[in-house]
Amino acid sequence: MALKKVKGNFFERMFDKNLTDLVRGIRNNKDNEAKYISTCIEEIKQELRQDNISVKCNAVAKLTYIQMLGYDISWAGFNIIEVMSSSRFTCKRIGYLAASQCFHPDSELLMLTTNMIRKDLNSQNQYDAGVALSGLSCFISPDLSRDLANDIMTLMSSTKPYLRMKAVLMMYKVFLRYPEALRPAFPKLKEKLEDPDPGVQSAAVNVICELARKNPKNYLPLAPIFFKLMTTSTNNWMLIKIIKLFGALTPLEPRLGKKLIEPLTNLIHSTSAMSLLYECINTVIAVLISISSGMPNHSASIQLCVQKLRILIEDSDQNLKYLGLLAMSKILKTHPKSVQAHKDLILACLDDKDESIRLRALDLLYGMVSKKNLMEIVKRLLGHMERAEGSAYRDELLYKVIEICAQSSYLYVTNFEWYLTVLVELIQLEAGSRHGRLIAEQLLDVAIRVPVVRQFAVNEMTNLLDTFTVSAQSNSMYEVLYAAAWIVGEFSGELEDAEKTLNILLRPRQLPGHIQGVYVQNVIKLFARLATTCLELQDLAGLIRLCDHVLDKLQHFNGSSDIEVQERANSACMLIEMLRTQLATSENAMDTTTTESGIPPLAIEIVQEMTLLFAGELIPVAPKAQRKVPLPDGLDLDEWINAPPPEDVASSSSSDHDKDELFVSSSQGGSGLGDGGGGGNGSGAKRRQSLELTPEQLERQRTARLMEQSNNPHYLKSTPSATSTSANADQYDNIDDIPITELPLDMEGVAALRVGITKRSDKYLQEQQAASSGKDGKKKHKKGKKSKKAKNKVAYNSSSESEGEPKPLHIVNTTLDMPEGVSLSDSEDKDGKYDPNDPHRALDIELDITDFEPQASKSTSKKSSSGKENLKVPADSAASSSTSKKDRKKDKDREGKREHKESKRERKSTAAAAAAVASQPVIDLIDADTPTPSPSHIAAPTTSNENNNTANVLPDGGKHHKKKKNKDKSREAIIDVTAQEEDNEPAAAGQAGQAGEPAASKSHKKKHKKDKSQRKEKKASASATASVSEYEQPLGISTPSKEIF
Amino acid sequence: MIKAILVFNNHGKPRLSKFYQYFDESLQQQIIKETFQLVSKRDDNVCNFLEGGSLIGGSDYKLIYRHYATLYFVFCVDSSESELGILDLIQVFVETLDKCFENVCELDLIFHADAVHHILSELVMGGMVLQTNMNDIMARIEEQNKLVKQEAGISAAPARAVSAVKSMNIPQQIKDIKLPDLPQAIKDFKF
Repeated sequence: MALKKVKGNFFERMFDKNLTDLVRGIRNNKDNEAKYISTCIEEIKQELRQDNISVKCNAVAKLTYIQMLGYDISWAGFNIIEVMSSSRFTCKRIGYLAASQCFHPDSELLMLTTNMIRKDLNSQNQYDAGVALSGLSCFISPDLSRDLANDIMTLMSSTKPYLRMKAVLMMYKVFLRYPEALRPAFPKLKEKLEDPDPGVQSAAVNVICELARKNPKNYLPLAPIFFKLMTTSTNNWMLIKIIKLFGALTPLEPRLGKKLIEPLTNLIHSTSAMSLLYECINTVIAVLISISSGMPNHSASIQLCVQKLRILIEDSDQNLKYLGLLAMSKILKTHPKSVQAHKDLILACLDDKDESIRLRALDLLYGMVSKKNLMEIVKRLLGHMERAEGSAYRDELLYKVIEICAQSSYLYVTNFEWYLTVLVELIQLEAGSRHGRLIAEQLLDVAIRVPVVRQFAVNEMTNLLDTFTVSAQSNSMYEVLYAAAWIVGEFSGELEDAEKTLNILLRPRQLPGHIQGVYVQNVIKLFARLATTCLELQDLAGLIRLCDHVLDKLQHFNGSSDIEVQERANSACMLIEMLRTQLATSENAMDTTTTESGIPPLAIEIVQEMTLLFAGELIPVAPKAQRKVPLPDGLDLDEWINAPPPEDVASSSSSDHDKDELFVSSSQGGSGLGDGGGGGNGSGAKRRQSLELTPEQLERQRTARLMEQSNNPHYLKSTPSATSTSANADQYDNIDDIPITELPLDMEGVAALRVGITKRSDKYLQEQQAASSGKDGKKKHKKGKKSKKAKNKVAYNSSSESEGEPKPLHIVNTTLDMPEGVSLSDSEDKDGKYDPNDPHRALDIELDITDFEPQASKSTSKKSSSGKENLKVPADSAASSSTSKKDRKKDKDREGKREHKESKRERKSTAAAAAAVASQPVIDLIDADTPTPSPSHIAAPTTSNENNNTANVLPDGGKHHKKKKNKDKSREAIIDVTAQEEDNEPAAAGQAGQAGEPAASKSHKKKHKKDKSQRKEKKASASATASVSEYEQPLGISTPSKEIF
Repeated sequence: MIKAILVFNNHGKPRLSKFYQYFDESLQQQIIKETFQLVSKRDDNVCNFLEGGSLIGGSDYKLIYRHYATLYFVFCVDSSESELGILDLIQVFVETLDKCFENVCELDLIFHADAVHHILSELVMGGMVLQTNMNDIMARIEEQNKLVKQEAGISAAPARAVSAVKSMNIPQQIKDIKLPDLPQAIKDFKF
């Protein structure tokens, strides 16, 4: 029975699917792939239960393939570790591959692997260690880093370059997970920069580049070594890395930049490798940015860069074109003039068929615009937007249009009517854009800051409100309605037909709550404005009609599901009802009352109060104003206002109840002001009450606001007689030559254009062109005169240039609302930049790198001994209990959050605290941090480290040595057998009853070849079926761009 | 740093996926899908760089890819890598594959995904470029293959025999038998 079982097992296992079978099976079951794979997974689970390691190995190999198809295989983690621990290289490799694909730093199973990986790292076979390093690099966890750091460091000085190279790269991963390893490992890493093997050298450069990219200042002292490498090495790959590193270092040390310019320009001239050339240009640009002042002759370098970039951009290779544009955008920031010389080229790239290139050209456009060409460029962009199909690209275009127009507070916009028209056109393009909010902000900004354009704006916005339909799609464009409603309400004084606008706003529509709320609010503004006109005209009947009309329409919103809308609508209704009651009394007593107009004085007062509510100019609030408001004394923002509720459930349910009462009953009106959610009875009395209350509140609000306004020195007070146009007149007083032109608003022309084919915004372009051509004519005339007189041509040119620029039609108001005593130029707090999750923050460790400037050596024996103890930390902690691990973690977290400068002092205290708790020798980090590093101090950790390692390694190494001897023997035996076996193979295959194919792998190969040759023949006879032969196309590696390696 | 290396065919079927930062399986598939959609709609004569998708990367990351016959080789890298350098690295990778598989085609990648992984691990380790010299890479791969062969020894013989049996694809072989084309005259024959 048992024999039978074993036998059965054996044969079953013989016919297990291997990876090839699995792949073939999946390909044969295209229709029900998921089902097939699930049966395969069942089989794999069976196989994993076997004791035979090669069966398991086969199963894990299959799992790795299945993982690629998107199946979770973490359930097999334990089996994967089993396979990893096999002594056979074949199995080990498969195990580590599977682990690298499915393990991650948080996998709990990794705890089991520490000793196994250590064994592999110390293996005599360099490929065992190599495979372990490759796998480990993908899933190394903080615990593993801490425990294996020493082993990996030992490998850094292995005799085999292959292992040195891998260990050096591995150290970077260790640093990321376990920053404490950086300090002791760094001297060794530095050594590797001068390793005899170019691969190791390159790996070390690679690691330091990665480290320096995030914390460049710690690596400045290495610059001389890198400089030497740069001037001597011929390995382009490494050169690129070094040059990139210099690009990151130069901003910190301008002297370095000056030194670099010459060798870099030499490289630019001499190299034939485009990749190297490109990186050189990039770094030269970085250098030039960092020393933008002080060097007289650097314009030559800029010219060289720009010239070379032009060559790249003009190249037919799209990749070079792309990179050229990318680098140009870096120059643009500091040397816009030299880029502007190539405007033609960049504008041409806007029409490129390649989207990536168009996007890069768009980036550059920012610096290309001037007052003269803005309209034309925007016209082109709008044209692109109409044609563009991808919504992402359209969005990008939209964003760019706004960006180039709005840059440096609309520096280049001369005509804001044009700009508003452009914005409206952007809205109407219906791009499904997510920039609705942005456009809304722009509309508001322009309307607020450019007073002259308001009349145009309100009319445009009325049209927009009238015609814009909120589509069901989830785009954000409806946000513009928010801005539009606000503009027509706030600047209702500019409206020609306020009643029409009012009706548009009162139309019941499906709108998001926050927008509908703004609608209601601005209905009141419009109402106040219309009521004032009625007062002026002494039109009682008109006022009553207006009240009734608005009241009627507002009822729709009283029952809105949005609280904001409901509240606003209710308070609006109350206000107007108040007015209405006053009017009603006078209506009843029409014949008897005394006032000649028939409007009761109380009603007049109410209307006046209402207009006062909205009087006063609003100016934009400065971006940082809120932050600048000082915290009042005695206010603790973290304190609870009310004690936190003891029971969540009860309180939430009760508050729900309250809410219901408050807002459902409010549709009857008035409860918002009532004394807190009583019954619905006696609403009349309540109304009475509110009638008395409201004017009082209004009065109070008004006086408070007036007080505030008079106390605020930044508030622009408007004289009572001032109209909105002249409100800012005092600003212009000192600048006589700024023309406050009358609006050249030709309504007929606009209407005609609206019907016509051309866009409305084009009109302004045509106007401008016409104007400039007129000017050109003048200029030519002038030139004729002047050229005789003018001898200084340069001066003349500059003046003509400025003349050529169209003069701004509208002025942008730049006043911003700010708290007292605060200036805008205050720099941003840098805290915002920090990402608490960035592993590189923890790596911001000052390294004791010996500077090229010699330092006084003050080392003492005490320091070096402390260095030793410091190095023991990883080893000790490996054996430590889990509680101390936790402590360490906390400690690390705390360290990560700390400011770098404070770190020294704080580390002392936390380390001391940790020592007190865990009684571990973590303490000695303090001494390692001693402010004056010295060469001997650095040497100490290295040697002690080596001692440590050798101590660790020796016993293991001894064992391995013995084992190896045994292995060697057995291997020899195996080799003999294989030699025999190979002879037997055909026979064995024959015994199995099959003809022909000698060995599995070979047979497969042959079949492919056959297929290939067949495919060729088929092609010749032009009858190839696409589906099969598609996979068999040779990859055709023809592009010989291999210049680096 | 390289964040991910993806190889997929013209239909978006993954042939190799290597992520140097952990994503769970479903996210990996989404990334592959998204990347495929980004890359596949591009013409062959446009540039080989594009901004990374929403899932992988962000502004600092780029997709750098090459398209060979039926396969896309996509590298997702951050700004510390040289764009042109990575393009050359892809070329080295493909040329190495070509040497290892003798005139490589998609089928090789399909059936030997593990071998491709092993080759890749000699080029890139943990997201950092390990070796760019093709001769060195080939030497390492050959030595490891030798090691595998040594280990296989006897124990592999029966397995090899079995797999030889299994790879006997008889119907296919019958199909593969080439019959001479009938003379054109017979086809044209009119009754």
